[in-house]
Amino acid sequence: MERLLLPAIDWLAVLPVGLTALLGFVLLALGLFADDDETLGWITLIGLAVCAVVTACLAGQKSMTFAGTFALDGYALFFDLLFLVAGMVVVLMSMTYLEGTGIPAGDYYGLLVFALAGMIVMASANDLILVFLGLEIMSISVYVLAGAWRTQLRSNEAAMKYFLLGAFATGFLLYGIALVYGATGAFRLDLIAAAAAGAPHRALMVAGVAMLLVAFGFKVAAVPFHMWTPDVYEGAPTTITALMAVAVKAAGFAAFVRVFLHAFAGLHADWGMLLWVMAALTMTVGNVLALVQRNVKRMLAYSSIAHAGYILVALVASGAAGGAAALYHLLAYSFMTLGAFGVVAALGSVGEPNEMLDDYAGVGFRRPLLGVTMAIFMLSLTGIPPFAGFTGKFYIFTAAIRDGYYVLAVIGVLNSAISAGYYIRVLIAMYLTPGAEESGRVARQPYLVTSIVFSAVMTVLIGVFPALWMQLARLGFLSL
Amino acid sequence: MTMGAALFLLVAVATVAAALGVVLHPNPVKSAIFLVVTLFLLAIVFVLLEAHMIAALQVIVYAGAIMVLFLFVIMLLNLQDDDPERGRHRYVLRGLAWLGGVVLAVELALLLRGATMGGGEVPADYGSAEAVARSLYTDFLLPFELTSILLLVAVVGAVLLAQKQRRSSLP
Repeated sequence: MERLLLPAIDWLAVLPVGLTALLGFVLLALGLFADDDETLGWITLIGLAVCAVVTACLAGQKSMTFAGTFALDGYALFFDLLFLVAGMVVVLMSMTYLEGTGIPAGDYYGLLVFALAGMIVMASANDLILVFLGLEIMSISVYVLAGAWRTQLRSNEAAMKYFLLGAFATGFLLYGIALVYGATGAFRLDLIAAAAAGAPHRALMVAGVAMLLVAFGFKVAAVPFHMWTPDVYEGAPTTITALMAVAVKAAGFAAFVRVFLHAFAGLHADWGMLLWVMAALTMTVGNVLALVQRNVKRMLAYSSIAHAGYILVALVASGAAGGAAALYHLLAYSFMTLGAFGVVAALGSVGEPNEMLDDYAGVGFRRPLLGVTMAIFMLSLTGIPPFAGFTGKFYIFTAAIRDGYYVLAVIGVLNSAISAGYYIRVLIAMYLTPGAEESGRVARQPYLVTSIVFSAVMTVLIGVFPALWMQLARLGFLSL
Repeated sequence: MTMGAALFLLVAVATVAAALGVVLHPNPVKSAIFLVVTLFLLAIVFVLLEAHMIAALQVIVYAGAIMVLFLFVIMLLNLQDDDPERGRHRYVLRGLAWLGGVVLAVELALLLRGATMGGGEVPADYGSAEAVARSLYTDFLLPFELTSILLLVAVVGAVLLAQKQRRSSLP
C-alpha cells in the first residue's frame, strides 16, 4: 500500500485555531450536562484566556504551513489576539445578559467560540479556499447567534435578514474566487499575484476582484453593502451585536487586507479608485443616517458603518503608514464599541430593552459608573483627545494626507465633526435631561460592569500611550 | 466533427433547453423536474470532460439530495402557479431579467472572442476518485478538516434554532 505524502506541517502555526476549536467542542459537550450557565461562562472565559496566552507566546514566529496556505505571522497574531480578547469581553457581558433569556448557554458559548476559530482562520489564510471556509464558519455561527433569543421576534428577524443577505454575499465571494481561479489557476495568494502579473485574462480577473470587493464590503458593512446592518444589529442580542460590530468586522478587514494587498497588489489601479469612493460614501452615509436615529443601538450600528469608512480611508492610503493606522484604529474602535454596547446591555433588561434615547435621560446620575464610562466611549468615538478614537483618526488622516489623498482626508474630518452631533446627544440625554426617578432596585450586574470598565480602561490606555500600541500595529502590518 | 464533439453539442443544446424550461415553466414542480434534467445533463458534460468523480457527485449530491430538498420546500410552501401579489411588478422584473441576461451574454461573447479553446492532454488518473481523495488528504487536508467544523457548526446551529424551547424561557 502506497503511503500518502503529507506536506510539511508546522503545528505551532495552527495552534491558535486548533485550541480555540477544541474549546468549542468541549463547550458543546459540557452544554449537554451542565445546568449552570455561569459555570459554563467561566469555563469559556478561562479557555479563551489560555488560547490568548498561547497565541501571545507565539509572537515573533513567522512561518507558512500546509503548503503555503496558512500563515503564522505578526499580522495574524495581532488579529488572533484582538478576536480572542474581544471574545472574552463578549463572554463576560453574556454571563449577565443571558440570565432569563432562555438562550441555551452551552450552544451559545460553543458557537461563539467556533465563530472566533473561523475568524482566526480568516486572519491567517493565505489561500482563497481557507478565506472562504473561515468566513463561513464565522458567518454561520453568527447567523445562528443573532437568532438565538428565539422568544424575541426581532431577534428572529435579524437572523433571517442576516442569513439571507449573508448567503447572497457568500455567493459573490465564491463567484469571485471561481473567476480569479479561472484567470490565474491558483488559490494561493502569492501564486495569484505571480500569475496575474502576466495579465493573461484581465477581464476575468477584474470581474473576480470586483466580486470579492462586494463580498468583503458586505462583511465589514461598507456602503453600499450596509443595508442589513441597522436591522440586524438592532434585533440581535446586544452581546452578539457587540461581537458583530467588533470581531466580525475586524475579521472581514483582516482577510480583506491580506487578499487585496497580497494577491491583487498589481491591480491596485483598478480597485484603488473603487475603494476611495466606498470609503467616502461609507463615512458620509453612516454618519448622516446616525444623526436621525432615536434608538441608541441602531445609532451605534450606523456609527460602526462610519468607522468602517475611516478604516477604508487608511486602506486607500495603503503603504506602511496607512496599514498600521488601519490596524491601530481597529484596535481602538474595538474597545470603545464593545464598551458602548456593554452599556446598552446594562441599561436594558429582559422584556425592557430601554434602548431609546429618551430612556437614557438622567442615567448619568442614576447609574454614575455607566454614565462616566459611556461618556468615555462616546467622546472616544467622536475622536476627542485623550481617548483612543482621537489617536486612531489622527493616524489615519495623517497617512491619507501623506499619500496625497487630501480630499478624502477633508471628507473624513468633516464627517468626524458631523458625528459629534449624535455622540454628544447621548451625553446630553444622560446628564442634562431630567430623567424619571429610579423605580425599584437596579439588578446587580458584576460581570457586565467588569467588561465595561475593562473596555473603558483599554480605551484610555490606547489613547494615552499610543506609541506602544502603534508599534504593535506597525509590526503586525509589516510582517504581512 | 468527432464523436465527442457531436455528443457535446447534443448534450449542450439539451442542457440549455432544460435550463430554459426551469425558468420559463409556470408550474414550480415542473420547473424543479426540469432542474433535475439540467443537472443530469451537466453530469454528462462532466463525463465528457473526463471528470468522472465530479460527474458521480453531481448526480448524487445535486440531482439527488438537493433536488429532494427543493421538492420538499415547494410542497411545504404549497406554491400556486401564479402569484397575484407579484403581478404589478411582473413586467418590470421581467424586463430587468432580460436586460441582465443580454448584458451577460454580450460580456461572454466579448470574452470568448479571440480566446483559445481546448487544453492539452489529460493526465491518466485525472478526475478519478483516487486522485481526488489523494489531493483531499494531502494538499487540501486543512480545508478538509475545517469543512468538518463548518458542517458541525451548521448542525448545532440548526438544532439550536429548531429545538423545543427550554422551560425557563416560557413566561
